Amino acid sequence: MLTIQEILETNRMIEENKLDVRTITLGISLQDCAHPDLKIFCQNIYDKITREAQHLVRTGEDIEAEYGIPIINKRISVTPIAIAAGSCRTDSYVPVAQAMDAAAKAVGVNFIGGFSALVDKGYTNGAKILIQSIPEALALTERVCSSVNLASTKSGINMDCVREMGLIIKRAAELTRDRDALGCAKLVVFANAPQDNPFMAGAFHGIGEPETVINVGVSGPGVVKCALEEVKGQDFSAIAETIKKTAFKITRVGQLVAQEASRRMGVPFGIIDLSLAPTPAVGDSVAHILEEMGLESCGAPGTTAALALLNDAVKKGGLMASSHVGGLSGAFIPVSEDAGMIAAVECGSLTLEKLEAMTCVCSVGLDMIAVPGDTSAATISGIIADEAAIGMINNKTTAVRIIPVPGKKVGDWVEFGGLLGHSPILKVNTFKNDDFIARGGRIPAPIRGLTN
Amino acid sequence: MKAVITIVGQDQVGIVAMVSGVLAANGVNVLNINQNILDGFFNMLMISDISQSKVSLKELQQILNEKGQAIGLQIKVQHEDIFRIMHRI
Repeated sequence: MLTIQEILETNRMIEENKLDVRTITLGISLQDCAHPDLKIFCQNIYDKITREAQHLVRTGEDIEAEYGIPIINKRISVTPIAIAAGSCRTDSYVPVAQAMDAAAKAVGVNFIGGFSALVDKGYTNGAKILIQSIPEALALTERVCSSVNLASTKSGINMDCVREMGLIIKRAAELTRDRDALGCAKLVVFANAPQDNPFMAGAFHGIGEPETVINVGVSGPGVVKCALEEVKGQDFSAIAETIKKTAFKITRVGQLVAQEASRRMGVPFGIIDLSLAPTPAVGDSVAHILEEMGLESCGAPGTTAALALLNDAVKKGGLMASSHVGGLSGAFIPVSEDAGMIAAVECGSLTLEKLEAMTCVCSVGLDMIAVPGDTSAATISGIIADEAAIGMINNKTTAVRIIPVPGKKVGDWVEFGGLLGHSPILKVNTFKNDDFIARGGRIPAPIRGLTN
Repeated sequence: MKAVITIVGQDQVGIVAMVSGVLAANGVNVLNINQNILDGFFNMLMISDISQSKVSLKELQQILNEKGQAIGLQIKVQHEDIFRIMHRI
């Protein structure tokens, strides 16, 4: 029989510490939708998405009600459109994004990911069209998310695409300047992108995935922060143990939700993504966990070590709690989506360079970084190249979601609203790198990629 | 199938009678009750068997929610597995 303490502990995690399941993401393959006629292709993907996902939102709401655990988002990821739409006779995939957006609205999900291309070694014709379509697609749709994988440990870095993405991000910012460059908040540039990531904006349904699949992302920074308050002053072994135990409990909830969603929808269970995903809400911050370890403000010397410990302990604790773990799995550090990160940037303790160092030891990269509107495309490309290099050499995922906000300068604020949050504009190193970015070509795969 | 019912609110006459009345009327068997008063606040946990229940878990939630709200109580009904999976391997 369950004890009262156990029941109260679980409900306290949910009610006071904001434990939730961040997302149930339904992956849908669009590989059987191919058609040379763009209109028919768009109809095919609309029909398939709305058919496969028709019960997604209701299933999520039922599970939420029965177990009393909030499930914040229900989302969809699809086959990278550069692949699915590769046979269409067209020079723009913007109508495809619009069909995805309409399907997402029809089934009631808040984001749909997969307006994506995988170009770590080079471009297919579809990838070229897709990347050129990104700015307009993000400006004309509400719920579509886009990602480009331009580097990997096995293939190196596609520096032609690094250069191009600097320009694409600037263009996406320009086309959505009336919304504080919101388009860029829905665009991720990856190295070593996972094929089964349930989190937006980088989710897509990888080419090795089944026809449909349920992936679940858990969360709970507030629960970890609260658990660490109990071990104040104790050494790092105690901190690591506490985080592991907490991560285990959080992940078990994710596993339950994933199994139930999978059973009720008749869709195979893919993975649990063991991530600490913050929100702008008070008590839901990764930065505050790091500060709980004894740092005055996130970014102070010691922050990278604290994050490394946190990231590792979350994985160790979560791994045993789930039958299949995948996706990004680690701590997220999106600046505008984390109250502690926002405060740290504002007080000057957290800089772009420190964030770059932190991305070496956590699960993603430079995430939701608002920078001045006059930041050049080459500077953005340089930031992407640096992050891609960290991912490539360390055999991990890194990503860049950077937002050059037109008309804004360092010290100004930008408001994206909702889960995307708000942020001060970060200072960027403005020394020129144009000749470096103009070279193009490929940075060869590192020795670490030659593992066979 | 078991459900965990959590009741929190200002103490008053008849809370236990009201909740157990609803459960009895719907064929829900109470297995365990733990109740106390903290600073004038009523706290009660009930573990119940709803496998013979005449209504679904969601309907039971709705009935207890409405009855609870009417007298200023917060009543949650949750499937037992959310607790079991977190605390039992």
